[in-house]
Amino acid sequence: MSEFFTASVLVATIASAIRLATPYLFAALGEAIGQRSGVLNLGVDGVMLLSAFGSYYTVLKTDNLWFGVAVGMGIGVVMGVIYAVVTVSFHAQQGISGIGIFLFGLGFSDLLFQEQVGTPKPISKLPKIEIPLLSDIPHIGEMLFRHTLMTYIAFLLVPVVTYMLMRTTFGLNIRAVGENPEAADSLGVSVARTRYATIIIGNLFAGIAGTSLVLGLGIFQNNLTNGQGFIAVALVYFGAWRPVGIMGGALLYGLVSATVLQWKVLDIIPTSASDLAAMAPALLTIIVLVVVANRVHAPAALTRDFDR
Amino acid sequence: MLAAIVAFACGAIMLVAVGASPIDGFRELVSGAFGGGDQLAQTANRATPLLLVGAGIAVAFRASVVNIGGEGQIIAGALLAAATAQAVPDLPSILLIPVVLVAGIVGGGIWGAIPGALKAYASVNEILSTIMMNLVAIQVMNYLLRGPMIDPFEVENGTRIPQTERLSENAHLPILVDGTRLHLGVLIAVIAAIAAYVILWRTPLGFRLRAVGHSPEAARAAGIPVKRSVVSALAISGALAGLAGAILVFGSEAHRMGTDGSSAGFTGSAGFNGIVAALFGALHPLWTIPSSFLFGGLLTGATQLQRALQVPSALAIALNGIVVVFVVSSERVRDRINSVMNARREFDETPSATPDSAHPADDTDGAAPLEAGGASP
Repeated sequence: MSEFFTASVLVATIASAIRLATPYLFAALGEAIGQRSGVLNLGVDGVMLLSAFGSYYTVLKTDNLWFGVAVGMGIGVVMGVIYAVVTVSFHAQQGISGIGIFLFGLGFSDLLFQEQVGTPKPISKLPKIEIPLLSDIPHIGEMLFRHTLMTYIAFLLVPVVTYMLMRTTFGLNIRAVGENPEAADSLGVSVARTRYATIIIGNLFAGIAGTSLVLGLGIFQNNLTNGQGFIAVALVYFGAWRPVGIMGGALLYGLVSATVLQWKVLDIIPTSASDLAAMAPALLTIIVLVVVANRVHAPAALTRDFDR
Repeated sequence: MLAAIVAFACGAIMLVAVGASPIDGFRELVSGAFGGGDQLAQTANRATPLLLVGAGIAVAFRASVVNIGGEGQIIAGALLAAATAQAVPDLPSILLIPVVLVAGIVGGGIWGAIPGALKAYASVNEILSTIMMNLVAIQVMNYLLRGPMIDPFEVENGTRIPQTERLSENAHLPILVDGTRLHLGVLIAVIAAIAAYVILWRTPLGFRLRAVGHSPEAARAAGIPVKRSVVSALAISGALAGLAGAILVFGSEAHRMGTDGSSAGFTGSAGFNGIVAALFGALHPLWTIPSSFLFGGLLTGATQLQRALQVPSALAIALNGIVVVFVVSSERVRDRINSVMNARREFDETPSATPDSAHPADDTDGAAPLEAGGASP
């Protein structure tokens, strides 16, 4: 245990926590925007898988990382349009149709992977960008300022999304639609259009989450996300629908995962118990849900369909 | 029906996308699923876990509880059943078979009751908690099958494939038709689905569950223990999935439980595919019987497709996802689900007990044409 509490190991753990938090943060921020408008999207994990595969395949074939990022984002937008048509225009129940999207993503990404790639081949990863001067600060620099562009963007999105939700007309519309769609409608806010926008943004973020995951790892495999998209949904509850709270949750998950990884490397956890340690994120989620439940106020119209 | 046609079209598109002829594809799919006695038996076997999980989902849904935890409940049931067979391998068949099946029911029931209790007493959204219970179950399975429950031979040999030894012969489910793989589990699943129907519509427990599903407020006013009913609904749902887990172990040719690290490696994603079967069966335990058979056919057909045209059988999972989306978009199922979901919201909001915030559930039960015996008790 003592070998864990050395400066270099702790710094490395925190740096990898921030790296691991990135996909959670993207996905959960997107989900929060959707939920603020009253839309629950349980398909996040499926969209992440599809975008992850799309990015992986593009980079594998073209070796152009930015092309891969663009494909991942495009897939997110397409899935967003599909989910919006299904839940807003067809009024399908949100929870179950999200599970449908998840199954589709899980199956289709695996299908394409087996058909087009077969055995996992490594691709180039996103480069780490060292911020001049700041990255030279001892310890802090290594922890905070030597990450990929994706990580910086994810954390920059926290104030951006907060501002968007709380200080812009669009954000006001989102919250109005999520709290009281009838009232919003009577004031001339289009519930359908607002929800289309939030769903597409949310799925775009989910797509970016999948892309950042796969381009961080440099490899794809069946069910790469392993439930991360669902944990991202839980993080929205954890963060009480506020971006800053969500960031805290994402960092907590990153830290737990990074610590488990580090302990495995240092043999603090015996190999035989490593499967049990892998439960940590799921167990933590259940505990978090118990603690958070009923303490915070969910958007009043969450999962509620609106039909003029 | 429209949902089926559109899903069919999507299947064709996916086949083209992976470079196979859709006509050949569907011919292989259908002949692989229903083309002969062996295929039909295989389809029935594949349908068995779908039917059990689907019937369980239908039960939970009537109490306005959504159970996405089929995967974890199957695993929990299978683990307890396999451990039981390891503990008392020498019981005679006539005893051991019921004992391992009950162990499966208990394992899955417990795994379902936990999110049920979390929902009832701590207001935890059960969709999220059941998914998390799936992730936990996978790791428990990997741990047990790599450690305490592993085949001693694998340890001796140093191969360490994470699986149990071939479990006691006495626990094997008997084959129903000689020369095929059709086993007793199929019959048990059909009986269980009928039992789920009887419980829901012919017993006081079922009446309570449906009352809670219609309107928790009204049920509480009528003196029905709402919280306990929610726990029972998820426990029954989990128990049926756990039974499926036991049948997967003791009906398989290998007669052992193994893991490839994922849940699908053991369950074949039955916990998710069962949702599809239940939705396609309009969330009615009896209609889930033919619907499961259909989706069992899709799975065996997909295996044949893989063999004949090298199309990965993951196609079936993707297709199922599309079916879910289209079925929930179709009007009839939508009305049913919406009425239940309104009752859910009422349940979520009851702690504050403000009558005007509740959305009274419309009674669409009797209006649904697919309802076979939906009479009130």
